Amino acid sequence: MAEIAWREALNQALAEEMERDANVFLMGEEVARYDGAYKVSQGLLAKFGSARVVDTPISELGFAGLGVGAALVGLRPVIEMMTWNFAVLAMDQIVHNAAKVRQMSGGQLRCPIVFRGPNGAGGRLAAQHSQSLEANYAHFPGLKVVAPSTPADAKGLLKASIRDDNPIVFLEAELLYGVKGEVPPGELLLPLGQASLKREGSDCTLITWSRMYYHAEEAARQLEAEGIHVDLLDLRTLKPLDEAAILTSVRKTNRAVIVEEGWSFCGVGAQLVDLIQSQAFDDLDAPVQRVTGLDVNRSYAAVLEHAAEVNPARIVAAVKQVLYREEG
Amino acid sequence: MAPAYPKDLVLRFFRSMYLIRRFEERAAQAYGQGKINGFCHLYIGQEAVAVGVNEAVQPRDYLITAYRDHGYALARGADVGMVMAELFGRGTGYSKGKGGSMHIYDIEHNVLGGYGIVGGQIPLAAGTAFAARYRNDDRITVCYFGDAAANQGSFHETLNMAAKWSLPVIFLCENNRYGMGTAMTRVSAVAKVARRAVAYDMRAESVDGHDVLKVYETVKDCAAWCRSGKGPVLLEADTYRYRGHSMSDAATYRSKEEVEAERKSDPIPRLRAWAVSAQLATEAEFDALEAEVKATVDEAVKFADASPEPPVEELWTDHLVEPGERDVPPRERVRGVKVDWPRYPSGQELRVKWDLEPRIPVQDGEPHLKKPA
Repeated sequence: MAEIAWREALNQALAEEMERDANVFLMGEEVARYDGAYKVSQGLLAKFGSARVVDTPISELGFAGLGVGAALVGLRPVIEMMTWNFAVLAMDQIVHNAAKVRQMSGGQLRCPIVFRGPNGAGGRLAAQHSQSLEANYAHFPGLKVVAPSTPADAKGLLKASIRDDNPIVFLEAELLYGVKGEVPPGELLLPLGQASLKREGSDCTLITWSRMYYHAEEAARQLEAEGIHVDLLDLRTLKPLDEAAILTSVRKTNRAVIVEEGWSFCGVGAQLVDLIQSQAFDDLDAPVQRVTGLDVNRSYAAVLEHAAEVNPARIVAAVKQVLYREEG
Repeated sequence: MAPAYPKDLVLRFFRSMYLIRRFEERAAQAYGQGKINGFCHLYIGQEAVAVGVNEAVQPRDYLITAYRDHGYALARGADVGMVMAELFGRGTGYSKGKGGSMHIYDIEHNVLGGYGIVGGQIPLAAGTAFAARYRNDDRITVCYFGDAAANQGSFHETLNMAAKWSLPVIFLCENNRYGMGTAMTRVSAVAKVARRAVAYDMRAESVDGHDVLKVYETVKDCAAWCRSGKGPVLLEADTYRYRGHSMSDAATYRSKEEVEAERKSDPIPRLRAWAVSAQLATEAEFDALEAEVKATVDEAVKFADASPEPPVEELWTDHLVEPGERDVPPRERVRGVKVDWPRYPSGQELRVKWDLEPRIPVQDGEPHLKKPA
């Protein structure tokens, strides 16, 4: 099986879906002549032309709304946000129009649109360019939120997102675009709303998504060396949430640690803890622990940035805590 | 009012404006009775705009607006009882009572909705126009918005893209002079909205929004301009609302004298007086139309009042589209009639030939940039 980078997996997904359906177009800042700020759209302008790969002005609210309008009358836009930080300017269109229009119209309109781009820290980018914003979007009814970790999942889920008839928030990660993984050849479609059990073990359930999967995997390897085996559940889709997969695993291991890049307060992990405590309270042998980014604005200085981040050591410590094992 | 107008067109103008007026008066009454709740923004005084627009564009063209949205749907021929039922929050409304006064959608008639965030519908209009160009389809979009929306970023972002990409949109500013209680002149460096088109090298027009015939002529001209690929137009209709911003607004920020002065140019009696003096129709004919409209609106109120509230199970529907789920046209659901529902070319049928980068050159002798009168 071929090993390809994240950006190439996304590029394949876009090219294949645009080839398959002429209603699909890609719009955003630097997507066309520049070939994408992160080179995800490399070569697509040459292949599909200027009406289907559209460079926009720096008007996130404007072009997000343009995409929503086009979706309401049957096109299938993919709107690239150069980063999800900038998409805060477009949030009005995403949460007020895309997410609500079907309900407000009593089922007369549908809004098949994908908003995608990098989310989370980029490395020394300071406070305004390092945010993980998935909890904000997961909060709103009417949206699906996708946050894959591996190139294969990214490809299969982006293709499924483009074919979905609902508005999708598709979160990539700036630090993952160069990460490689095996992607099976041929058509690859993965259903939204299905978590992936990336590793099996009976001692504890590690729940994560997006880039944090790699930290969780590293932590799991270290724990294995100490004889601790975890279920590593990669959610892949945050909404709809694969509740069954979470509960099945927690009922098996009786312990859970949730790993989230974003802030703790009102984070997605808080929702997962609520799910587990309300549905699997009697199965728990320890309080659920969360490993998250610290609740501070991200600093530029390396030492400050790293101190606020999730790392494998913190995950290892949290797993040992729920297992009541002393450190060192 | 120079050109000759066929009698049936003039009577349609009158009937449609009077229908909106009567509908809004009855809505106000129902609001007072507690049958309509929440925010309810009446169109009284602005009827000539929606009615003039509707006659000037094609049924296939897209219309979109903000939350003062009863009039544009009624002018298009929406089912009067179902619009009223939506205001009443009943299951027989266009949105099953889920939208209410601010969110009237009638997709069968390409009425793409009322939106509640000021200026939020403006980028959507660029999207529907983008889709038309993408498909090489000659539909245009009319995007209504109030004067205050012209101070939102969405207005400027959208006008820039629409002009750059020659999108077929009439950006129709209904300038009723007040954004809620704040006069446009108090908060705007340039209160004449049409003047802002110059920033985007866009054609600008202004029209007396109390004169349905002038609105009709101007929009017809703008529609032809957009349809021929020359790009968008910023059209400002000077109008006035005789009621407050919404039902909860006593409108103490403007004088009685100002409102009385504006009532002298009320578009409905104005058209009627003109038509009678031009011997296009008689007082008796107008009286008969009024009686017919009153009965229609009475019927609509009765229908809304007698309609059931939506079942509580509806709470969970219409959020996410399930695979294979089809859209149910409202008149099919409520009235049991078959309707034409929008169908778009499949991804295999569609051939996209649009080259978005070049700009359509200005035609010889045609003013690309026209200053407002």
